[in-house]
Amino acid sequence: MTIAARLLSPGWYRVLLAIPIGVGVAFAIVCGVRALYGWDPIVDGNAITTVGMISVPMAFLIGIGCFDYWFRWASGAPTVPEDHSGHGATRWQDYFRVNTDHKVIGIQYIVTTFVFFVIGGLLAMIMRAELAAPGEQFVDPNTFNGLFSVHASLMIFLFIIPVFAGIANYVLPLMIGAPDMAFPRLNALSYWMLPMAGILMIASFFAPGGAFATGWTAYAPLSTETPLGQTFFTIAVQFAGASSIATALNFLVTIITMRAPGMTFWRMPLLVWANFTTSLLVVIATPFIAGSQFMVLLDRALGTAFFNSAAGGDVIMYQHVFWFYSHPAVYIMMLPGFGIISEVISTNARKPVFGYRMMAFSLMAIVLLGFTVWAHHMFVSGMFSWLRVPMMLTTMLIAVPTGIKIFSWLATLWRGVIHLTTPMLFALGFITMFTLGGISGVVLAVIPVDIHVSDTYFVVAHIHYVLFGGSVFTIFAGIYHWFPKMTGRMYDETLGRAHFWMSFVFFNLTFGPMHLVGVDGMPRRVADYADEFATLNAIISISSFIFGLSFLIFLYNMIASWRFGPKAAANPWRAHTLEWQVSSPPPIFNFDEVPTVVGGPYEYGVPGAVHGVFKEPAKKPAEAVGAGASE
Amino acid sequence: MEEHPAERGGKHPLMRMFLIGAIASAIGVAAGLAIDWFPTDATSSADEIDTLWDVLIIVSVPIFVLVMTVAIYSVIRFRARPGDKSDGAPIHGNARLEVIWVLVPTLIVASLAAYAWIVLDNVEAKKANELIVDVQGQQFTWTFDYPDPGGGAKPIKAAQQLWLPKDRPVYFRIHTKDVIHSFWVPQFRLKSDAVPGITTRVRVTPDKVGSYQVVCTELCGLGHATMRQTVRVVPPADFQAWARRGGKVGAGGAGAPAAGAAEGPQG
Repeated sequence: MTIAARLLSPGWYRVLLAIPIGVGVAFAIVCGVRALYGWDPIVDGNAITTVGMISVPMAFLIGIGCFDYWFRWASGAPTVPEDHSGHGATRWQDYFRVNTDHKVIGIQYIVTTFVFFVIGGLLAMIMRAELAAPGEQFVDPNTFNGLFSVHASLMIFLFIIPVFAGIANYVLPLMIGAPDMAFPRLNALSYWMLPMAGILMIASFFAPGGAFATGWTAYAPLSTETPLGQTFFTIAVQFAGASSIATALNFLVTIITMRAPGMTFWRMPLLVWANFTTSLLVVIATPFIAGSQFMVLLDRALGTAFFNSAAGGDVIMYQHVFWFYSHPAVYIMMLPGFGIISEVISTNARKPVFGYRMMAFSLMAIVLLGFTVWAHHMFVSGMFSWLRVPMMLTTMLIAVPTGIKIFSWLATLWRGVIHLTTPMLFALGFITMFTLGGISGVVLAVIPVDIHVSDTYFVVAHIHYVLFGGSVFTIFAGIYHWFPKMTGRMYDETLGRAHFWMSFVFFNLTFGPMHLVGVDGMPRRVADYADEFATLNAIISISSFIFGLSFLIFLYNMIASWRFGPKAAANPWRAHTLEWQVSSPPPIFNFDEVPTVVGGPYEYGVPGAVHGVFKEPAKKPAEAVGAGASE
Repeated sequence: MEEHPAERGGKHPLMRMFLIGAIASAIGVAAGLAIDWFPTDATSSADEIDTLWDVLIIVSVPIFVLVMTVAIYSVIRFRARPGDKSDGAPIHGNARLEVIWVLVPTLIVASLAAYAWIVLDNVEAKKANELIVDVQGQQFTWTFDYPDPGGGAKPIKAAQQLWLPKDRPVYFRIHTKDVIHSFWVPQFRLKSDAVPGITTRVRVTPDKVGSYQVVCTELCGLGHATMRQTVRVVPPADFQAWARRGGKVGAGGAGAPAAGAAEGPQG
């Protein structure tokens, strides 16, 4: 291709051309408006950067090719709907362009999100180094405040939420017998918006005044008054939010319309149920955080007074709008994990999931109840006091559907044939730590206790038990479980076990003691603390470093196994769900022949039961050595 | 003959699990109650809240033990032997069990909620003869106004330390001059955010003489970690003397600071 042709066709060359245009657009808009109004100076760095944060990522997305097909269609030029030229991957470069294959997009998501996980984790390591002893050792308070703010924002918006989207992106269409998602091009756009968000958040460290330093919660009026770094957060959230919403829409339409013949809702695997319910949460709730950040942005950039109490604004309104999303967000960060655990436990215990219907209903109950509890984040906020007790009640009630799930998984273990594979270890670790995190959640729901522990390290302990011991453990379980399907190779089981035990032990040593220091009086989001907390903080910090190192085992296992691991069979876990009935990795359009679903997805132990049938038996590659029963 | 894991022996497995669970719970509850979780309890509310906490421990430990007992027991008892490719028992559900594990947790959380509501009402109840203190939060210090310190003393403005008489109910009205802060004395247990544009409230009755700290518990910027102020709960006579001095610390010094605590900016 000639250089000119490269610059005009979608891809990285065109990105290089598009970005300066994006910068130019920002200059043009800002300087044009300022000149027209006669404002001085015409060239305002803050304003140009703010507009640039929107125009430059958009330019990138246009340059790389996310909008080409739609622009062509909108302009009336001939388009070919069944154009699959962007589909599939045969070489590594295919993972670095706009690709319409859900399997490629899934891997793009997973790898990208883990990059942000590593960055977020390193930020935490710096924090723990600073907190290892009282006093200031490595970073000043402003930098420290930036560290925990970016850490949490990356972990929430650039890791947990999208990695579940990525795993589901890969697995879900296969699981329902579909050739791809309902909207493959939208799927690609959803993916590419994600690195935009992550780069914006990290770029804030280089803004004058430093990174946004108001926590991931960005309460106004602190967030309306801080330097430019804050604006990076408000806009990054828009890109991450748009990515999340578009993916959720895609999942909803795919699940509703593209299930294989015979797959009624009550024959869907629970991973599908979990992503279905999560997607409902995403589409309804995410616009609220977008709105809250837009209001902050408008207050900052255009002088509106949403949160300026002197001008009639309402400070607490920010918190209501923010938490109306951010509470459902924690269920967005957990429900897909629940789905993964159902898959892993039933497969590795060789048993149907106990109480399948109640498992599905409990997901729906969590969605509904999840919208009624947000003000439990605001018990000490000064909001109308009458709201507190109803919110305590709904918050405690949500323990019931969650408990249903834990008990059902335990009952699934009972009288099973249990294989302690790495995914199963992480599933069992999840049950332990999520139960602990859930208990500390019920404790937090109790208003008189919450008033004492609000904004202390007790809350930090709780959130990490449910988000790491909970969500991240399910993510590890899912990655190990579907690794053979995605890569066609088997991971190393010994390294997997080492990863599990090291992270389990040192996770508890890191976050367990935080319950104690919190109740004893140590606030959160502090660069320094009273001397009485020094010993426990030192223990926490040292444990956290070892905990951080445990991730290296996982990283090595993934990379080495992907390159050099033994080839995996189509169905090394002897599971019933449809994704295991095709090769590892699957054919480019998943199913050479669409299966018909004739029974439930977990009919282990029922003689002759099948989930999906093919008219001709799918050609299976010879069983690889080392695949199959993994004891 | 190898027995199938799903039929593996041991009579009365449920009895064994229950016994192990009961012993583990007893040990766990004892440990949980023995841990000295809280800083000293310096208000009348603190006792009720600390008791509520103990009840939560007593309820939580057995629940956690139950989950762990079933999980560990199952993994040991039903572990697949090497090379075992059989399936487990095709159990899809058990209606009675599922009803129980919906109803019992609902009852437990409903009871806890009711108990919590009662404690909340008690600790927030208006009392007679309240001493009003206006707490002013700002980046990065707390100051305290006493509109009527009592005993004939004139109103105090912008005191740098929070002095309170033992055993008299206090009604804190909390304000901020800039961003959201949060007013908390760990030994008092109760806290409230300081919110621009409104006045928030906390009521406590300090009942233990001592020196404590106000800790800011809402991220307020650069100096959040150091936004602390000394609290002194003193006998009423000492409080009157302090009030008549205009809320200044005066000759004789500030008294013993809280052990090991980082002092915030002092007046």
